Amino acid sequence: MSIQVSSVRFNYGPRNALDNLSFALQPGGFNALLGPNGAGKSTLFALLTRLYAMQQGKISICGHSIRQHPTEVMQQLGVVFQQSTLDLDLSVGQNLKYHASLHGLSGRAAQQRIETELQRMEMSDRIHDKVRSLNGGHRRRVEIARALMHSPGVLLLDEPTVGLDPHTRLKLNQHVRNLCEQYNLTVLWATHLIEEVQPEDKVLVLHKGELKAQGTGSEICAEHGHESLTELFHHLTASKEVCA
Amino acid sequence: MNSQAKVSRSVPLNRSAYLNCFTGILTREFLRFVSQRSRFLSSLVRPLLWLIVFAAGFRAALGISIIPPYETYITYEVYIAPGLCCMILLFNGMQSSLSMVYDREMGSMRVLLMSPLPRGYLLLCKMVSTALISLAQVYTFLAIALFVDVDPPLRGYLAVLPALVLVALMLGALGLFMSSWIKQLENFAGVMNFVIFPMFFLSSALYPLWKMREASEWLYWICSVNPFTHATELVRHALYLKMSWEAFAVVAGTTLVFSVLAIKGFNPQRGMRGTGGKGPK
Repeated sequence: MSIQVSSVRFNYGPRNALDNLSFALQPGGFNALLGPNGAGKSTLFALLTRLYAMQQGKISICGHSIRQHPTEVMQQLGVVFQQSTLDLDLSVGQNLKYHASLHGLSGRAAQQRIETELQRMEMSDRIHDKVRSLNGGHRRRVEIARALMHSPGVLLLDEPTVGLDPHTRLKLNQHVRNLCEQYNLTVLWATHLIEEVQPEDKVLVLHKGELKAQGTGSEICAEHGHESLTELFHHLTASKEVCA
Repeated sequence: MNSQAKVSRSVPLNRSAYLNCFTGILTREFLRFVSQRSRFLSSLVRPLLWLIVFAAGFRAALGISIIPPYETYITYEVYIAPGLCCMILLFNGMQSSLSMVYDREMGSMRVLLMSPLPRGYLLLCKMVSTALISLAQVYTFLAIALFVDVDPPLRGYLAVLPALVLVALMLGALGLFMSSWIKQLENFAGVMNFVIFPMFFLSSALYPLWKMREASEWLYWICSVNPFTHATELVRHALYLKMSWEAFAVVAGTTLVFSVLAIKGFNPQRGMRGTGGKGPK
């Protein structure tokens, strides 16, 4: 399994953010983590990336436990956070070089990886530009290039299209799908925008820290008797709101 | 290309990986420093004002007797120069921890923590990088100080280097320790006032401790246990080719204690924002 999450619970004081969450993702393929704001997506990402310490349960990435083998886990993870984490005053190349060095790469090896990833993102001509001068879509591409610098097996993207216009959003989504297909990456794409999810995608629906549905888009729609993912999503996430 | 193949393609984390990581962090700190010229200038203006304006005004008021490591009567400018070197390091140490809090809030800290190398090592790299960059400021200050007749022996400039590094590390570790316990950027400004000024004024940076003792025994006692006093004395002695073992022991011990506390107490969860609009309570 690329990502294995078993019985994970996490709370902020008295408030449960993740409640007995369990799922497993096969290697390769685009997986959508769908949930409204406050569903627990970012908390799950913080646990997967070791930014938060585990309270209960187990997580393993590419067969490595994040508790016992943090080094191997971090080598296998590429991450694009919801909030941009690029250094605006540095150039695209300097940002990527910094990331390469954090993964132990330097010199020619780092330069080659930078060129490859920028080429892949069609950003080679912007290598010397300051990040501050890039638009939102290009910044996101640089962040994806950065996340792939160390050739990870798993790419995590936490609402990567936040703040982008619909056209750029669609292009970015398509771009990641292409990467996923070409390089057999396991992608976990967190979003609350259903239009970013396709019927054949593997989908995890998260609401108030609980996993409400899991399977391909069309499978879970059939299972719950809904015609579209939009309907299903509203059903799964609205019913609890009423109860609350 | 399956995930197993990728595992075998991971970069082995040997000694050169650690070195590359350190070089990367140092380069980034340097690039950020260069891009913030105003920070460099302001860090120099502050001690230069003390040296040129404050010292000129107080020269007549404060008589300095012959005290170690000096072998003759000295001017007030000569006396306060080592303390002002430490002042630069103090402000830099605090400023770097301020940037740690800022990085944590803005998310740049996450980039650092995505490294597969041990977190303790990453934090140490950041501390050492800040310390090394501070040295450029101290030496620029000492070069300008030559114009007001602060002229220690030539070999003193070399001898003081390890002392400056150690003091910079001590203050960097203190800053890092503090940043671990600060939840938000806004809280940090207050803490700076409660740390920087008491540390600086309750030390031997501006006046010899015997002067303080004449005024108050308990103030003298506070000054003598203040690690900043020992940092100043370590630099003062080294600059004049003397060694104060007592100061060295206190500064080295304090560096060790603060480094361990800072690394052990480091928790990226604390004060982190941008996680869907919430954070741990």
